[in-house]
Amino acid sequence: MSAEPWQRAMMGGTRRAKVLTSSDDALKIINSAKRHLLVVGHKSVEGDEEKEKPISYIIRFSKASNIPILATAHTILEFNNRNFTPSGSMPAVDIANRLRDHSWLGLDGKGPYDLAIIMGLPYHMEWLLFAGLKHSTKDLVRVSLDRFYQPHATWSFPNISLKKWQETLDDMISQLEG
Amino acid sequence: MRLLYENKEVSLIIGVFYMLKKGIKLKIGELKTDNSSLKDLQISIGEVLDEDWAEIMGPTPYPSMTEFRDWDRKLLERYKPFYMPLCDLCCLCTMGKCDLGEGKRGACGIDMDGQQSRIVLIACCIGAATHTGHARHLVEQLIEEYGRESPIDVGGRNIEVEAPVTRLVCGVRPKTLGDLEIVLDYLEQEIVHLLAATHTGQEGDNLDFESKVFHAGMIDQVGMEVADLAQISAYGFPRADPDPPLSDLGFGSVDINKPVILVIGHNVPPSIDILDYTTDHELYDEVEVCGICCSAHDMIRYNSRAKIVGPMSWQLRFIRSGVPDVIVVDEQCIRADILQEAQKIKAPLITTVGKNCAGLPNRSNDSADIIVADLVEGKEPGALILDSKLVGEVAVQTALKIASKRSKFKIIPKVDELIQGTQKCLQCSECMRACPNNLPIPKAMAAAAQGDLSYLGELINHCIGCARCDSACPIELPIHSYIIKANEKQLKEEKFKVRAGRGAIQDTEIRAIGAGVVLGEIPGVIALVGCSNYPNGGQDVMEIAKEFAKRRFIVLTTGCAAMSIGMHKDEEGMTLYETNPSAFEAGSIINIGSCVSNPHIAGAAIKIASIFARRSLRANYEEIADYVLNRVGAVGVAWGAYSQKAASIASGFWRLGVPVIVGPHGLKYRRMLLGRKEKKEDWYVLDARTGKKVYVGPTPEHLFSTAETKEEAMVMIAKLCLRPNDTPKGRAIKLTHYIDLSRRLYGVIPDDIDLFIRTRSDIPITMMDEIMEILESKDWKEKDIPDPTLLERLVVKREEDGEEGK
Repeated sequence: MSAEPWQRAMMGGTRRAKVLTSSDDALKIINSAKRHLLVVGHKSVEGDEEKEKPISYIIRFSKASNIPILATAHTILEFNNRNFTPSGSMPAVDIANRLRDHSWLGLDGKGPYDLAIIMGLPYHMEWLLFAGLKHSTKDLVRVSLDRFYQPHATWSFPNISLKKWQETLDDMISQLEG
Repeated sequence: MRLLYENKEVSLIIGVFYMLKKGIKLKIGELKTDNSSLKDLQISIGEVLDEDWAEIMGPTPYPSMTEFRDWDRKLLERYKPFYMPLCDLCCLCTMGKCDLGEGKRGACGIDMDGQQSRIVLIACCIGAATHTGHARHLVEQLIEEYGRESPIDVGGRNIEVEAPVTRLVCGVRPKTLGDLEIVLDYLEQEIVHLLAATHTGQEGDNLDFESKVFHAGMIDQVGMEVADLAQISAYGFPRADPDPPLSDLGFGSVDINKPVILVIGHNVPPSIDILDYTTDHELYDEVEVCGICCSAHDMIRYNSRAKIVGPMSWQLRFIRSGVPDVIVVDEQCIRADILQEAQKIKAPLITTVGKNCAGLPNRSNDSADIIVADLVEGKEPGALILDSKLVGEVAVQTALKIASKRSKFKIIPKVDELIQGTQKCLQCSECMRACPNNLPIPKAMAAAAQGDLSYLGELINHCIGCARCDSACPIELPIHSYIIKANEKQLKEEKFKVRAGRGAIQDTEIRAIGAGVVLGEIPGVIALVGCSNYPNGGQDVMEIAKEFAKRRFIVLTTGCAAMSIGMHKDEEGMTLYETNPSAFEAGSIINIGSCVSNPHIAGAAIKIASIFARRSLRANYEEIADYVLNRVGAVGVAWGAYSQKAASIASGFWRLGVPVIVGPHGLKYRRMLLGRKEKKEDWYVLDARTGKKVYVGPTPEHLFSTAETKEEAMVMIAKLCLRPNDTPKGRAIKLTHYIDLSRRLYGVIPDDIDLFIRTRSDIPITMMDEIMEILESKDWKEKDIPDPTLLERLVVKREEDGEEGK
């Protein structure tokens, strides 16, 4: 476990993301917010065919936590194939551009989000979107639940193995399901 | 400036370009000083070539950096910058480093938005300076060779508007190579001013920086046009040829049984002198001349027997394979370690342009025989030769003499060496953490250590050839060479066909299809341009080209993207260049040429406005840009954009009203220009017929955006082709493609179609019931279709008072 940018050269600024060291940590942060959004990119549908793909965990997590999902790129196709309907679909830059706007009332029109989780985007895209959000809004907690450290998030897992990541997500889902 | 002295013409270059607007003429009967006297001196400034030009000068010849500030702000108001800092710090002056993160300001007072837009401007100045410097070098060299009066001819009788961008920006129409010098003087002056604006203590407002970014892009577009006009005219490249010749493309197309000269870069004169030397000395069949990147494009425009190896990302795989006997580089997109790579395979390097000397001794004044002897004997690893004719002779003679000595010496390991090497791998993942595409190199290394090279083999299709994996390896395993080895057979079988860059689009072609584009019945013009920093290999670009050509869009392409499109065959063994037309018509896939050919794409949009719609072109930038933004469904796609040049190319298109999409690595340009489709107030235009403000929906939705995957790019492309001026029939055709692509790739009908349907006639007939149901659920109402403009002065009549507008 290391809290260094996964891509070595992608150093952050003078302040870096605080590290989520456990599923409890992550749930505590998530539960402290009122309006959440989970942004999910296409990397969530990649992976070895024989293994469970990240999207399976993400769907279970969303169902257990009631956090709405915004799918980017063609990820919505896989969600629909799995009989799960995301709350919205748009390019990653478009959702980030709205998240930085405190007057945007969200996908459901009920008010701005106070916590955004981003998962499944290419590492550098996630890095830059977090950087943009960090710079342009103070009202949004930025959380990465991917298994690579994202320095521009507010909270991020460190670099962890796939197995450890799966165990952590499983544990979070179990706790949410009660 | 032309100066007549005692009836003899003398050319002077002086920095008075703002005066050009005024067309100053000065006559002096007699002028005496203590030392000399002049009689009958006539100085004419600003009458460059215009006496027989009926078109009157427009409002903005040779615009300064603030001339289009209002236009730029109209665009930036709608397409607001979203900054994603690649670095929170500023380290440009000694008061820093300054932390600009989370609302802080630097010691100079700049904030993050200002700093990010400043960095974008610096990048675009680098890009514009690079193309303009390239153009200056070309024009100077060609004037020396062909004379200042050598005519500009890019299409004979088929082209009247020979320089649409230059006419539009500068208000002049160059007729000779010498005329281009004055245009270049203006460009150089603007770049200096723009770069000066980035100095500490100058501009601080991000939107003013952004306006200057647009200016740099516009200047860059003129610079590129000058370069391509000059080389097409002087070298006789295809002149707007709708059926240009096919050439060989691919690693495997190079005959390795011959001495091989590899050229890399963008500035073609040395390459041409190599080709000429082989022809003049009947050595063409003795030596193989091939190229990487845009010099290769321009070589095949000159002589279709030359060969293209591939995009810039092919540099290491081709060099390390030991094929080239001599490597000749000019400028741009060349690896900075090219000398070290050349030395590894014992191939001499010849550098040919002052901008890229590579630390080599200047041998420009030595005789060819002595240089050749030194290179063949290995006394020097290479030579800087700033005389392209000398380069031609030295490169060919060296290749002939050194080939047998080198015996294609390569540094690609044998299979057993590779396996032994991979067995030492620490599985530390440093290679993967250095890889821009996060490729699973450790897994491939582990498999190779067991004798299975298939995983290593798979990597090359997604590899951009940067070799950061090599540099990152703590035990210095040559990982990139392993990847090349695992694909040796595949690389040697790369044999494709590519059309030579055709250059401009003919005026007659514009007349023939202008209506279709403007009314929306040809659903769009897609420009696939740029470099090979792909997220997932070049096949994505080919698939995008194929998809849109099949849908009867017009697909234009340049640079490395044009190569990638040709590097795949269908089941019949044909490339897209062999199966699709190169004329400017629906369903075509057209290689326009090298990077500096990009202005022909802008030129096509400009000519649609001027030739088809008869809008005044000369120095009338705002009006033409307004026309293009509102009527011409063109979209630029730079899927593998990496360079500062790509940044400036894109910014030239933004100011002209053409949206650009970049691939996921393009997000590192650190700023997007994004519309907000739900903000109704952002999407009003003026109806030029009445002056009334009319809502037209988010058309086009963005000016600069990033797509995460090729699927997302395809849906985005179709959507960004929508324009306010589309006729109902045209809009229905465009929406058919948008909806169809979304259904196929996303599995859903887009959730925003109500924003794009103005009347029931806009609805694709085959989807009527389904879409009406959606519209009813969204409380949709029919809207007016205006004669759209963002410029008050183009309103002909005001509805409220019935008076004629300006």
